[in-house]
Amino acid sequence: MSHTQNPIAPGAIAPLAPAEVSLTQVSKSFGRGTDRVDVLNQINLVAAPGEILAILGPSGCGKSTLLRLVAGLEVPTSGTVLLNDSPVVGVDARCSVVFQEPRLLPWRSVSGNVRLGVRNSQSTNEIQSWLDLVGLGDFSGYLPKQISGGMAQRTALARALIGHPGVLLLDEPFAALDALTRMQMQDLMVKVTAQIGTTVLLVTHDVDEALYLADRIVVLGERGQGIVTTINVDSPRPRDRSDSTFIPLRRELLALFGVHV
Amino acid sequence: MTVDSRVSELPTVDSPRVHKRSRGASWTGAVLLGMILPAALLLLWQWASTSGSYSASQLPTPSAVGSALVELLERGTYWTHVAISLQRVLIGFAIGAVAGLTLGSLVGLSPRVSSFLSPTIQAIRAVPSLAWVPLLVLWMGIYEGPKVTLVAIGAFFPVFTTVASGFMHADKKLIEVGRAYGLSGRRLITGILLPAASPTIFAGLRLGLAQSWLFVVAAELIASSKGLGFLLIDSQNTSRTDILLLAIISLAILGKTTDFILATIEKRTLRWV
Repeated sequence: MSHTQNPIAPGAIAPLAPAEVSLTQVSKSFGRGTDRVDVLNQINLVAAPGEILAILGPSGCGKSTLLRLVAGLEVPTSGTVLLNDSPVVGVDARCSVVFQEPRLLPWRSVSGNVRLGVRNSQSTNEIQSWLDLVGLGDFSGYLPKQISGGMAQRTALARALIGHPGVLLLDEPFAALDALTRMQMQDLMVKVTAQIGTTVLLVTHDVDEALYLADRIVVLGERGQGIVTTINVDSPRPRDRSDSTFIPLRRELLALFGVHV
Repeated sequence: MTVDSRVSELPTVDSPRVHKRSRGASWTGAVLLGMILPAALLLLWQWASTSGSYSASQLPTPSAVGSALVELLERGTYWTHVAISLQRVLIGFAIGAVAGLTLGSLVGLSPRVSSFLSPTIQAIRAVPSLAWVPLLVLWMGIYEGPKVTLVAIGAFFPVFTTVASGFMHADKKLIEVGRAYGLSGRRLITGILLPAASPTIFAGLRLGLAQSWLFVVAAELIASSKGLGFLLIDSQNTSRTDILLLAIISLAILGKTTDFILATIEKRTLRWV
């Protein structure tokens, strides 16, 4: 990927100001009466500014809901969600979300989609820098239907970052990509976050992805069970995917999901 | 296509999928393919009309229809009939489409407006549109008013229904993206909902236009002294089957042409689809 390895012009993109995320006694239920489903139950969680926190769990455990609560796309049934000590009320401009699907607006070009993420008109002239950073500098005029899934997801990443979020929320962002593209995207994530410094909440069900990217891994149990365990990943970056220190952590994490290796 | 040359320079696994098509060649091919059936029908018609199985008043030859056209052109009435029918369609369609777009958007965007309006509109829709004719004639006389109104009614319902459902079924995930990036209210409508619904809206407009031609003929069959529908009924009364066929072919050509114009606008607008 010669494109993504290009050094970025120094000073083109200023580092972001990472925010602290804290959830206190957060619960979320959907439905009413007998149809009521308690997805999250009394969750307490703090992500330090600049931390890359992976949230790992089986499907239906509420990990996406947790992310959507931080983004302000959902309202907690009880408890508080704070960003830098101020509560999240409605859709929060301090967060940017990348969904599992790129969700590009098909009628807008690649750069037009990145422009959607602009929150401060001054950053409009950063569009090209962000596209360069994610390796799409030559594709600004392309329509979403003309680019691959991986390129679309990189566009979505640039769209999220141009808003200078204090928190970057990634909801299984690489799950729908093929294995090779997924690894390229993970490397891109490592590079981008190292350069701009933002707090990252990464929801994933991929143990290896969590080990490769995260400073800390929070494991959610089955629906409503809450946080089962928290694991610090102290390996320095850049990391090696075959790092032997990952082996016991990997075994421990997989065992939590009933997989024994 | 410039897209292709740039893409080929990319030495990555992650290469873009580009819709390749040598457009010129395939377009000519498609046109030729589409001409085969009309040409065959014309030959069949020529053969059937000269085979002796049908009298000239049952099935005139293609050339007889051609002479009928020349006759009407010389009398100076052909373009009058075409122009008045076209005028009724365009005015009626414009009125019906604007009303359908307006009410359809309101109903599609607001559940409350939908609850308020939809039952009434659905009930009115259940009335066979031709049932309005006596009332329209009673209220508006026999001149242009009732005809244009009937065309407008015909255009309104398909536009209304599709526009409403286009807004109601706009991609929820894209709407969420819009919300997540701070769009709301009017900006969410113009920035996300309208473009997301636009393919459906165009489909509705084209349906409405087709319906307009249907209704203009119905209106002119019932009460008129001009127009292609009048030409149909008049030629039937005077046993001029050649003129009758001419009117039918003219309607086919006009309907197809107006739809083609709308389809071209659609294609230009929806390049991204």
